[in-house]
Amino acid sequence: MESDILVVDDSAAIRKILQRVLRQTGMAIRAIHEAGDGQEALALLAEHPVDLVLTDINMPKMDGLQLLASLKASPQLHKTPVVMITTEGGETKVAEAVKLGAAGYVRKPFTADQIKEKLVGILEPALPL
Amino acid sequence: MNPNQLIIDSISSSAANVFSTMLGVELPAGELCLEGPAAEPNDGVVSFIGIAGTWAGTGSLSCSPQMACRICSQLLMTESLAVNEDVLDAVAELTNMIIGSVKTDLESHLGPLGLSIPTVVFGRNFKTRSAGTTEWMSLTFDWEGDRLLVKMCLAPNEKAHVIHHVPAHTCALEI
Repeated sequence: MESDILVVDDSAAIRKILQRVLRQTGMAIRAIHEAGDGQEALALLAEHPVDLVLTDINMPKMDGLQLLASLKASPQLHKTPVVMITTEGGETKVAEAVKLGAAGYVRKPFTADQIKEKLVGILEPALPL
Repeated sequence: MNPNQLIIDSISSSAANVFSTMLGVELPAGELCLEGPAAEPNDGVVSFIGIAGTWAGTGSLSCSPQMACRICSQLLMTESLAVNEDVLDAVAELTNMIIGSVKTDLESHLGPLGLSIPTVVFGRNFKTRSAGTTEWMSLTFDWEGDRLLVKMCLAPNEKAHVIHHVPAHTCALEI
């Protein structure tokens, strides 16, 4: 079964890299949507629910933690798995994300294998290898 | 614990790791140089990211326009021939990853730190200056003839109990 993934990052460069890396993983992906911040992501998700959200933490307007909290508070979207992508290796923000219900996190810099390992574990059995 | 040595070691390993992982490039070891807070002329692309917390300061990358294009081409796997939005975005993200890694390394020694969103400047004959008095710890890396300068200034933050997420040091830009 193919999945829809939403990539949320204020950096167009990282969104492009993630598009490429996600395609490189060989996972069954139907579409990769993009949003530049949490607000844009919520607006997109209201129209097009996805199977997984991959979001940066540090973003203007609405950051990744605020986006995660909003999703978990939404009756329609609270089951959508959210994976955080961050340069923040410290305990504080990662612990906060886990407490808010993040399905996992990936640290920048990342490889395609690291992304695949994290996402397959979360999307299985929806995404068979 | 010598914070300056920690910074230098961390810049060295973080830059090498980011270049290897994201650009597929093995970066040779950097060359150390110390700089004071005085302004110096710049040409090309310079990025800054604020650091705040128990210690506060700024991290910075600078390189030629050609190297910025090369970084973008390698990072996005597209051909970048001139400095445009994609190139500036790529340099900003590289700064975020390298200085973010350094920040993570330093946190176990210096306490919690936060990062601002990076700012990137592209131009000719401009000066940058940190409002702090701390010397910059700088490493220059040679990437097949192109020079990348990664530097950081960091000092104990006397306002840490009041300000947690706003850099106490600011960078001025003079064009």
